[in-house]
Amino acid sequence: MKTVEGEAVAGVVALDVVVEARAPWSHVVRAGETLRIVDLAGNQAVDCILYNPHDTDERYSAQETVTAQGNIFLTTGTTLLSTEGRAMMTITADTCGRHDTLGGACSCESNALRYGHHTRHQHACVENFLLAIAPYGMGKRDMTSNINWFMNVPVEADGSLGIVDGLSAPGKYVDLRADMDTLVAVSNCPQINNPCNAFNPTPVRMIVYGPAS
Amino acid sequence: MTSTTATTHGAKEHARAKAAREAAAVTAKPTIPVSEATNLPAAVERDDLVWDETLAAGDYASRVLERGSRLRIEDIEGDACVSLLVYSADAPAERLNVADTVKVQWQAYLGAGALLLSDMGRVLMSITEDTSGRHDTFSAPSSAWSNQRKYGQGDNHGPFPNARDRFQLALAKHGLSRRDIPPSISFFQGVTVEPDGSFRFTGAAPACSEGRRHFVELRAETRVLVVLANTPHVLDPRTTYEVSPVRLLAWRAAATTADDKIRNSSPERLRAFESLEDHLL
Repeated sequence: MKTVEGEAVAGVVALDVVVEARAPWSHVVRAGETLRIVDLAGNQAVDCILYNPHDTDERYSAQETVTAQGNIFLTTGTTLLSTEGRAMMTITADTCGRHDTLGGACSCESNALRYGHHTRHQHACVENFLLAIAPYGMGKRDMTSNINWFMNVPVEADGSLGIVDGLSAPGKYVDLRADMDTLVAVSNCPQINNPCNAFNPTPVRMIVYGPAS
Repeated sequence: MTSTTATTHGAKEHARAKAAREAAAVTAKPTIPVSEATNLPAAVERDDLVWDETLAAGDYASRVLERGSRLRIEDIEGDACVSLLVYSADAPAERLNVADTVKVQWQAYLGAGALLLSDMGRVLMSITEDTSGRHDTFSAPSSAWSNQRKYGQGDNHGPFPNARDRFQLALAKHGLSRRDIPPSISFFQGVTVEPDGSFRFTGAAPACSEGRRHFVELRAETRVLVVLANTPHVLDPRTTYEVSPVRLLAWRAAATTADDKIRNSSPERLRAFESLEDHLL
């Protein structure tokens, strides 16, 4: 496999996988480990929900996260907070510079509203999430707010909000240090109706580094 | 001397006398029967009323509202903050999805004409009227830890109850739990986004003219469970627990018709109604 560009993270590589385009993925990142998500081909939205694997009722909260940092954009220094107000992961490096947590995950049902009833049967992130979390005993009621890595969702002065062209590029990555054991559920976004994937879903790479010491 | 509550008979008399003596002094309560509600909007018939309740600082409530029902949330003194969750009453796994609400409508700020969308691509409620314009889709509801930080105490049983615990309690009474608390919205205390992505807390709207109240009116587009908590906004800079009472008034009304202005105000909103109407066939 091609070497990842950018700074290496100290610690042994515990996992190194490619998530194919449109696919779900999940993995428990242990406290102290770092997950690197690499946008291999550029402008690929990676939808992501975090759960406490020991108590899955505790999960990522977009509202807690943006409230605590006072800003809608996620980047280096952002602490991803849980519904219990606890640190789940911290962004320790980010070569893209901006990630979204307002836009939610695409679904068959919301695609129908956004792009027409004819898009009902297109694959969508919620489909991926429901399958990704099922092995952990979770289902529809456990769907919650999510992060969209490499996705660009500005809010204009009049409140207009939308998914616009991404800022990412081939090889851009984000590093997430786990502050607690974290179940990371991912949908490698299959959306083809808006620019979040440059209208062309592509694979992403997941690398888990062991603790630095 | 024997205590008046030393016997069951005495305790019963005491409880009944206490209720008769104290009820009138408490304003934050439900009006039961609701037909005795006063100060109704001009167009509302007394026979159509289903709910009249006042929430003081920190109070919460939940209620199932039938399709077509209107829920008017009145900011009685102009400094309320009402956090809201909405579920499909018949299948509560379907619930408010804030991200879809702002994304599908291409608009993060709530106001008259906006829909509250479910995670199943259907409209749950429409905002039919809004005099305030100061609302929030971004922030977390207040929590035990945020109130602890601001007021030194945040527990539900203490003097500064928080919205998240209130949500959990309301939901528990409908068989739901903390995993059923998705992102929420709040009314009457505004938050906007600056060009760099940072938040600006804009607080309450300027006061209404004398004798009038700011209000938000919601129309139930399907049978919904609403959960509301009236607690200080998490970004409110005041270090004292400041939130004024709200009145919740609901009445039966006709379901939305095909020619409804809000229903037809955008292709996305129309499809949200169409998907609901198809579901209800």
